[in-house]
Amino acid sequence: MNQEQALEPGSESRISPARRSKTQNLLRELWKAPITAKFGILVVFVYGFVALFAPFLTPYGEAEIVGPEFALWGEPFILGTDGLGRDMLTRLLFGARNTVGIAFITTCLAFLIGGLTGLFAAIYGRLFDQVASRIVDVLMAIPQLIFALMLLTIFGTSIPTLVIVIAVLDATRIFRVCRAVSLNVVVLDYFEAARLRGEGIFWLCIREILPNIAAPLLAEFGLRFCFVFLMIAALSFLGLGIQPPTADWGSMVRENSVLITYGDITPILPAIAIAILTLGVNFLVDWFLHKSSGLKEGH
Amino acid sequence: MNKILTMILQRFGLGLVTLFVVSAIIFLGVEFLPGDIAEALLGQGASPENVAALRHKLGLDVPAHTRYINWWSNVLQGDFGTSLANGRDIAGLIKIRLANTLFLAVVAASVSVPLAIIFGILAALYRNSLYDRSVNVITLGAVSAPEFLVAYILILYFSVTLGWFPSLSNVDANTTFLERLHRVALPATTLTGVILAYMMRMVRASIINLLASAYIEMAHLKGMSKLRVIVKHALPNAWAPISNIIAISLAYLVVGVVVVEVVFIYPGLGQLMVDSVSTRDIPVVQACSMIFAGTYILLNLSADIVSICTNPRLLHPK
Repeated sequence: MNQEQALEPGSESRISPARRSKTQNLLRELWKAPITAKFGILVVFVYGFVALFAPFLTPYGEAEIVGPEFALWGEPFILGTDGLGRDMLTRLLFGARNTVGIAFITTCLAFLIGGLTGLFAAIYGRLFDQVASRIVDVLMAIPQLIFALMLLTIFGTSIPTLVIVIAVLDATRIFRVCRAVSLNVVVLDYFEAARLRGEGIFWLCIREILPNIAAPLLAEFGLRFCFVFLMIAALSFLGLGIQPPTADWGSMVRENSVLITYGDITPILPAIAIAILTLGVNFLVDWFLHKSSGLKEGH
Repeated sequence: MNKILTMILQRFGLGLVTLFVVSAIIFLGVEFLPGDIAEALLGQGASPENVAALRHKLGLDVPAHTRYINWWSNVLQGDFGTSLANGRDIAGLIKIRLANTLFLAVVAASVSVPLAIIFGILAALYRNSLYDRSVNVITLGAVSAPEFLVAYILILYFSVTLGWFPSLSNVDANTTFLERLHRVALPATTLTGVILAYMMRMVRASIINLLASAYIEMAHLKGMSKLRVIVKHALPNAWAPISNIIAISLAYLVVGVVVVEVVFIYPGLGQLMVDSVSTRDIPVVQACSMIFAGTYILLNLSADIVSICTNPRLLHPK
């Protein structure tokens, strides 16, 4: 793989300058990244910052009633207030913490479940693989939103249920991806060698397979995060996700939707916040996929 | 021909099996409820006699597998039971809602499918041009936006600012066809926007995939025009992936209606399901889930069958 690349005329420039540290390489890549990818990085950083430091960015509390109902934009409430007299900007900032945070936790959980079962299915094969794959087939035959709605009816709506239900449903997709990419590694000689050495299952997963499937999994993580995020937003919008008074972008749109009929754009600001983050992550994933498919850096 | 027929029958059988398993999950999922529906309905203060009476009334005192079989035999006769919330017949409730939802979905599909194919081909034809790149960014934006954002922006512009279309799509049995079209204009546009972007990207990708083949290069070298190469040579081979994409998008449409119906307060199946979820009206949720899941499975099945039928290697086996 590396030899072939080294022979290509275009790749000479990457090899000739003697030594660049990893940080330098990274910075160089970022500098050369297309504008869309830079936008994605910026968005992710800004959202992360807001999510972490939300309480320090605003004088008001998340569910604190601070003024009259439906106040207009201006001082002291920059984006006005909502139907209960809570500051919109404050809730928007706290929404970054709640909505994005819950989506992130859900995605991580989904990866833990789907990724591990996918790896085990690829390594063990046979019965475990068959059983897990058939279960996933059936679960994927039901539309995700409908399945989530059904499960939420049965188990009731609370944040832990929401996280677990969506994580399990999303784990099916991750299982498929993880199993497929790991199967490509499992058939290689070096993996066979590791297995014959008598390595344990965790060594096989972490040291042999994971480093080789990290790139597609990372891209998948970005895409999955977008799906989970949109799904949680949709459920909250339907009134079945994150429950009030927790500030959440999906339910904020629904709560203030009356204002739309008066031509006020305040209610769609949280929806725009959702769209910008998913768009940013999508751009980032696009760029990352382009990078990792074309030129794989050797160590 | 025989080979295809057996393959289609196989897929069909698989689809039926899936439907049965799904129905079992939908039906038996309720069994995981701590206590049962009767206890959940009556709350904690209910006396044991009351719970037992309601349990008997709902038929919960027979074992689960008998109930499951009964439920299926009733469903096959068009009887979904009665709603827990208002005691109305579910089949009657669903029939009108389903017709409304299908109307909305058909309108959205008949606009978005031709547009997706035309725009997708154009993007493939002028790939890497300014048109293609801007289309790429716009469609990625549309895919990233939640449905309700698109819906509210449309309301803000077309209904509040311009006043062309109503922001609430309330239709009933007396609404005429043209009036109906006028009222579903905004929800249908929202749905179109959401699936159009996805379909277009896929149509573009599947045509560009083909453009690398040797026979396309041959056609170019013959001096054929770009458009002719795509329409005459690339497109016939792209039909399989494209029709597959269409079927999958339509399956997505079935789910996408849920949020859109809620935004526009359109009396469809999705709205009914969301309402029933919040009142925990389990029989209605089960019936709606079955219909949604059934449609989804059917569309995915037809995607499978279409891609088998349009594959020349299967049509002319050696």
